[in-house]
Amino acid sequence: MSSVITRVKQKQIAQTIAKGKRLDDRGLTDYREMKIEQGIIERAEGSARILLGKTEVLVGIKIEIGEPFSDTPNEGVLTVNAELVPLASPTFEPGPPDENSIELARIVDRGIRESKTIDTEKLVIEPGKKVFVVFVDVYVLNHDGNLIDASALAAVAALLNTKMSNYEIKDDEVKIKPGYTQLPVKKHPITVTFAKISDKLVIDPWLEEEQVMDARISMAIDDDGNICAIQKGGSGYFTEKEVLEVAKMAREKAAEIRKKLKW
Amino acid sequence: MSQKAEKLIDKKGLRLDGRKPDELRPIKIEVGILSNADGSAYIEQGKNKILAAAFGPREMHPKHLALPDRMVIRCRYHMAPFSVQERKSPSPSRREIELSKVIKESLEPTAFMEYYPRTGVDIFIEVLQADGSTRCASITAASVAMADAGIPMRDLVAACSAGKVDDTIILDLMDTEDKQGSADVPVALMPNQNAITLLQMDGTLTSEEFENAVNLALEGCRKIYAMQKEALKTKYVDVKEVEE
Repeated sequence: MSSVITRVKQKQIAQTIAKGKRLDDRGLTDYREMKIEQGIIERAEGSARILLGKTEVLVGIKIEIGEPFSDTPNEGVLTVNAELVPLASPTFEPGPPDENSIELARIVDRGIRESKTIDTEKLVIEPGKKVFVVFVDVYVLNHDGNLIDASALAAVAALLNTKMSNYEIKDDEVKIKPGYTQLPVKKHPITVTFAKISDKLVIDPWLEEEQVMDARISMAIDDDGNICAIQKGGSGYFTEKEVLEVAKMAREKAAEIRKKLKW
Repeated sequence: MSQKAEKLIDKKGLRLDGRKPDELRPIKIEVGILSNADGSAYIEQGKNKILAAAFGPREMHPKHLALPDRMVIRCRYHMAPFSVQERKSPSPSRREIELSKVIKESLEPTAFMEYYPRTGVDIFIEVLQADGSTRCASITAASVAMADAGIPMRDLVAACSAGKVDDTIILDLMDTEDKQGSADVPVALMPNQNAITLLQMDGTLTSEEFENAVNLALEGCRKIYAMQKEALKTKYVDVKEVEE
């Protein structure tokens, strides 16, 4: 996911961060400006668009009727997919999902699944036979760094905005009735990503910082301040002390964002 | 997860296979068992049976993927169709693609990449039988295979998982504990550098539980590290004796 960045720039970013500052004047633990809009795609059952600085992600939710997994007959199904669409960055190419988009989708998926965001037991139409399948499609529209946090936030915002059709069962067939019900959403996980640059931890790395970073780590925090998913990425490493510091700061930051979004 | 009532820890505090919460499964590591690979290793950890092979540093194919200032590590984690209860399609799943990426990233910090510009190292991992925590066992084996291939490295990487079942923090999860437990935390460590090169988690843990789980996993990594070194010594001491 990297593109060319000059050595001078690399050095400048690393040195500025070593001094505790950032090139865009943010503090090390500040997010860029965040703007979320919900319900912008009328055809989708739910949708949300987030602007995180210049990073832009659109999430659409579609709901279909399908079969449950055989090991969870009493639960609806959640499917998360991510598309790094070629218009979002010169480094994104058309074609089947690569490891970056699969990783992104799976991180978003784990945040939602492990925190039990959706009350999947309420999505059952006929146990073991028919359930609602929730498709979360993450669409990256502009890549300026930290796609993980932007996508995770947009996904939850879209789920909060999702309406399911009412239905009734007639002669063993599901008939759609007029009217809608809100998708049962119980939790609001917030994912916080840190980049390690010059042995310092910075929150919400933008694109050029991501190109310089040694490694990144993302933690999803649920409403009670529990950690519900983690992913380390990049070819560097973290010390044990750094990991515990990240866990502490991620909880604080998530609480701050939660308050701001009123989730 | 955690919907079945089956107890994973009995009244005596022992797990389904009789282990204590902080006990590893029996581990066997063999080095250099594939004659066509530059380096290879085989690991058995409980019922896990995993082969890892390293090729290179060698010319990159396709060539445009080579980097002018360092070597490139590529990794493929793959499960055999017969390695799990229900046959797994041999085409790479999304899980396998993600694991290949995180395993590669867990191995990259160990190698002196700048020593071999424009070259590539390929690591192939085949899970022949899976019983939980396969990504950790794969990293343990792949790291030994890289050492066996003679790739200059800062340290070995040892990996181990910790997790939570029945409100107890446990080490080295097997399949049922992973599926029915409430959290799984795989960790990879370069013990000499005290560097964590892989950290993932799914499930729910309080920050205190998380700290305990990480500490327990790191302890497990250090134990496995000793076994990795022992396995390498066993092979290379034997070689020396044959030569003499």
